[in-house]
Amino acid sequence: MSGAARENGATAVIECDVAVVGGGPAGIAAAARAAESGAKVVMVDQGMRPGGQVWRHRDTSDLPRLARSWLDRLNRSGARCLPMATVTDATSDCVVSVAHRDGSATVRAGALVIATGARELFIPYPGWTLPFAMGIGGAQALLKGGMRVTGKRVIVAGSGPLILPVAAAMARAGARLTAVLEQAPAAALAGFARTLWRHPSKLADGARYRSAFARTPYRTGSWVVRAEGEGRVERVTLTDGRRSWSEECDLLCCSYGLVPNVDLALLLGCAVDEGRVVVDPSQRTSLPRIYAAGEPTGVAGELAALTEGEIAGLAAAGDARAADRSLARARQRWRAFAEQLALSFRPRRELRDLADRDTIICRCEDVPLSRLDPSWSVRQAKLYTRIGMGPCQAGVCGPACHFLYSWPQGRVRPPLGGPEVGRVQEAGFRVQGLQGNRKQETGNR
Amino acid sequence: MGESVEIVVDGERVRVSEGMTLASALMDAGVIAFRVSVSGAPRAPICGMGSCFECRVTVNGRQHQRSCLIPCAEGMVVETGSGAGRGDAE
Amino acid sequence: MPSGQPDVLIVGAGVVGAACALALAREGARVLVIDADFVGGGSTAAAMGHLVVMDDSEPELQLTAYSRQLWSELSEELPQECEDERRGTLWVASAPEEMDAVREKRERYARHGIAAEVVDERTLAEMEPHLRRGLAGALHVPDDCVLYPPAAARYFADRARELGAEVREQCMAESVDGRTVRISERAGAEYLVSAGAVVNAAGIDSPRLTPGLQIIPRKGQLLITDRYPGLCGCQIVELGYLHSAHTLGGASVAFNVQPRATGQLLIGSSRELVGRDPEVNRELLGSMLERAIEFMPVLARCNATRAWTGFRPATPDALPLIGPWEGAEGVWIAAGHEGLGITMAPGTGALIADSIMGRTPAIDLAPFAPGRSMPAAAEPAGL
Repeated sequence: MSGAARENGATAVIECDVAVVGGGPAGIAAAARAAESGAKVVMVDQGMRPGGQVWRHRDTSDLPRLARSWLDRLNRSGARCLPMATVTDATSDCVVSVAHRDGSATVRAGALVIATGARELFIPYPGWTLPFAMGIGGAQALLKGGMRVTGKRVIVAGSGPLILPVAAAMARAGARLTAVLEQAPAAALAGFARTLWRHPSKLADGARYRSAFARTPYRTGSWVVRAEGEGRVERVTLTDGRRSWSEECDLLCCSYGLVPNVDLALLLGCAVDEGRVVVDPSQRTSLPRIYAAGEPTGVAGELAALTEGEIAGLAAAGDARAADRSLARARQRWRAFAEQLALSFRPRRELRDLADRDTIICRCEDVPLSRLDPSWSVRQAKLYTRIGMGPCQAGVCGPACHFLYSWPQGRVRPPLGGPEVGRVQEAGFRVQGLQGNRKQETGNR
Repeated sequence: MGESVEIVVDGERVRVSEGMTLASALMDAGVIAFRVSVSGAPRAPICGMGSCFECRVTVNGRQHQRSCLIPCAEGMVVETGSGAGRGDAE
Repeated sequence: MPSGQPDVLIVGAGVVGAACALALAREGARVLVIDADFVGGGSTAAAMGHLVVMDDSEPELQLTAYSRQLWSELSEELPQECEDERRGTLWVASAPEEMDAVREKRERYARHGIAAEVVDERTLAEMEPHLRRGLAGALHVPDDCVLYPPAAARYFADRARELGAEVREQCMAESVDGRTVRISERAGAEYLVSAGAVVNAAGIDSPRLTPGLQIIPRKGQLLITDRYPGLCGCQIVELGYLHSAHTLGGASVAFNVQPRATGQLLIGSSRELVGRDPEVNRELLGSMLERAIEFMPVLARCNATRAWTGFRPATPDALPLIGPWEGAEGVWIAAGHEGLGITMAPGTGALIADSIMGRTPAIDLAPFAPGRSMPAAAEPAGL
C-alpha cells in the first residue's frame, strides 16, 4: 500500500496502513508505535480527545505523567486522530465506516487494531433505573466532563479497582462520601493485594486514593440492595450480608467492574471466547490483519493495555519488534493479572437475587425481570420481549443477563453506535465504490 | 478552558464552561429526566461514555442525541424529558 | 419423547405452521408441532409484519384478502405484544403516468370488496408530510395492518396449546417418510413419530424434507430506527414495488417503510438470491436506504438501530404451496409464501384444515397445488 492519505471531499475515503479503533491507552500505544514504525496510521475515537475513559481529560495538566507522555508521543508519531467519531461498521478486509456529527468517512486500511475498551457491568437492583443511580465509571466520566458534586451525598459501591479512584475523586471534588462499598470479601481483596507486589505502582495508587477519603469507611463484603426516591435516588439500602441499613443519597455510583467491549470484534467475525477476543502473542485475532489490544482481550487496566497496544501497533505495522522479549514478558504478566482481577472481584451469588419481579432489566425497552424465562435462548428472549432490541443493543442488559442467566452475547449486526440512516447509506455507497476499485485492481494484476 | 458559553436548556438560558460535556452540564443545570422511558419513567445517564443511551436529549432539533458525547457550544438548544413511547411526540 | 400418536404432525412452528396448528387444534385434532429452533424464530422473526392485500395475480388477491379478513377477526383477541395496528397501506405513484396503474389497482380491489381510495398529490402530502414533494399520488388501502410477527406466531402456538396441541421446540425433523417423521432433539434424543397426517410447514427448509418442492430462499434486508412517533402514519410502499424495482435474478431494492407501534420505523426492502448467507450486504443496504431517503428525505436524519437479514421461501410463480402433496399419501404442504407468510398464515391454516378434514376449502386450492407445473426454481419468473 502506498500509505499516502487520500481524501476525496464528497466520498471521504481515507487510505492508511493501520486503522486503530479506540483512543484509550491501548489505541494510543498501538497508533503511536505503528506510526513510529513508518506506517500511515488513522485512529478513530469516540471521545473529544484521545485518552479513552481512564485518561479522559479536559486539560492534559489533569493527567498523570504516564498519560501525558503517551499523549505527547502520539502527537509526535504522526498518527492521525479522528475524534468524536464512531465506527459504525467494519469488514474483515479492513474497510471501516466512520460517522461523525456532520458527516462520515470510510477508512481503508492494510491492518486494523481493535482497541474498543470495556463497558461497566451493571447488575440490576430495585431502583437502579432512577435518575442519579449510575455506574462508577459513568460518574467518573461525568465528573471529568465538568459535573459538580460539591456538598452532594455520594455513595460509591459495587466492585473492582475503580472504586478507590472514583471515591477519591468525589471526595476531592467536595462530595460528602457517605459510604464506599466493595462487594468482594476482605479475604479476596487481601489475596489480590498480595499479587500486586509485581505491580508496585498500583499499590501506591491504592494508598493514595484511600487517603483522599480517609474519613469514610471502605467496607468490603458489602453491597447495595436497593435505591428509592421520588423520581430520583434519595435513599439507598446497603447490606453486609448480615445487617442492612439505609443512607440518604444524592448520587449513587454502583457497578461491578468492567466487561470487554467486543462488539466490533464480533461484527468482524473474530473468535471470541468467554467474552474476550482470542489473540496470539502478537495480539493478532483469528482473522488475518486484524489485531486486538487492551480490555477487549481481557480486562487488566491501562498498563496492560499499553503493553498490548504497543505489541499490536508494531505487529500491525509489520515491525519485527512486536516480538520484543520484554514486551512479551510484560504481556504474560498482565494476562496473569487479568485472571487474578477477574477472580478477586468476581460478583457474589447474592447479587443474582437483587432484582425483583418488577425490576427493569432492559432499560431501553423497559423489560422487567418477570417477563424473562431463563430457559430461553438470547434470541428467543429478545424476539419475545424486545430485551436488548433498543438503541444500546444490549450494551447494558447483555452483560447483566450473562451474569444472571449465563446468556451469551447475542449476534452483533450493523450499524454499531446508532448512526443516522444517511450515514449508513453513505457507507454502503462507499463500500460499493471500494469493491469496484478492488475488482479493477485485481484485474490489473 | 474556563471560557463560558450560553446554552438553552428547556427554554432556560444556562451558562456553562466551554468544552464541558453536555451531559455533565445538564446534571449541573438540575435536569433529572434526560429522557422519559418507553413506560414513562424518568431516566438519566449511567455510563457517561456513549454506550447506555440513557442520556439522549434533543439537540438543536435533532432527537436522540447522546449528551455525554457532545461538548457544550455557544447557543446550543437542548430539550430534555422527551419520550419516545407511543404517540407522545404527536 | 413421543406421547401417543398425533392425528397431525406439523413440521415448522413459524407463523404458517403455528397457524395450521391452531386451525387443526380447533377441529379437535391431536396436533404435534415441532420446530428445529423455537416458535416464530425463523423467517417469521425477520419479517416485516405487513398484513396486506396483494393483487399480482387473482389467486394471490383471493388468498391475501381471505387471510387478512381472518386476521381482522382475530384483532380483538391478539395480545398487546403482537403490536397489531390498522395502519393502512399507501401505494405511492412517483410519476403521473403511474396513476393509471393506481386506478386499475383500485378497480381490482373493488371487485374483491377491498376498500381502497385514490389519493391525489395534495392529499398524499397532507397524509404523509414527510414524503418528498412532487409524488403523483397513491392508492390508500385503509384496512391493511402491521403487527409484530414472532409474537403473532407465539400467540397461535399458545392458543393451539390451550386446545391440547403439543409444541416441541429444539426438535429437528431429519426426514419425512410418508406419515412418519424422524425427529432429533437438540438435547440428543432421536426417534420416529407417525401421524395421521404430516404438514410440511418448514419454510425455506421444506424441500429438504419433501424433495421436489420448488422453494428457494430469497434474501431480504431490513433496517430499524430509534423511536420517532408520528413521523409516518401508514405503511408506505412504492407502487413499482414488485414490477420494476424487484427485478429477477440480480439483487433489487424498493422503497417500503413501516411505522411500528413503538414509534420505530422499519425500512425495507431488498431481494437477492444468494443462498443462505445471513450477512448484511452493505452495498445493497446502501442502495435500499438511498431509495428510502429518495422517497422520504427525513429518514436520513433518523438514528439507525439495527439492520438484519431474513430468507423468504420463494416459489417460481410467486404463489405458495398449499395442499396435499401428490408424491406421498398423508403429506400436506404449507410453505413457499415468500414475502406474504404473515399475511397468508391464518388463511393457509384454514385451508389446510379444510383440506385435511376433507371439506371443500373456502377458496379454490388448485392454483396453490404443491405439485403444479412451474418454471424451474433456479430461474423464478413473473416476480
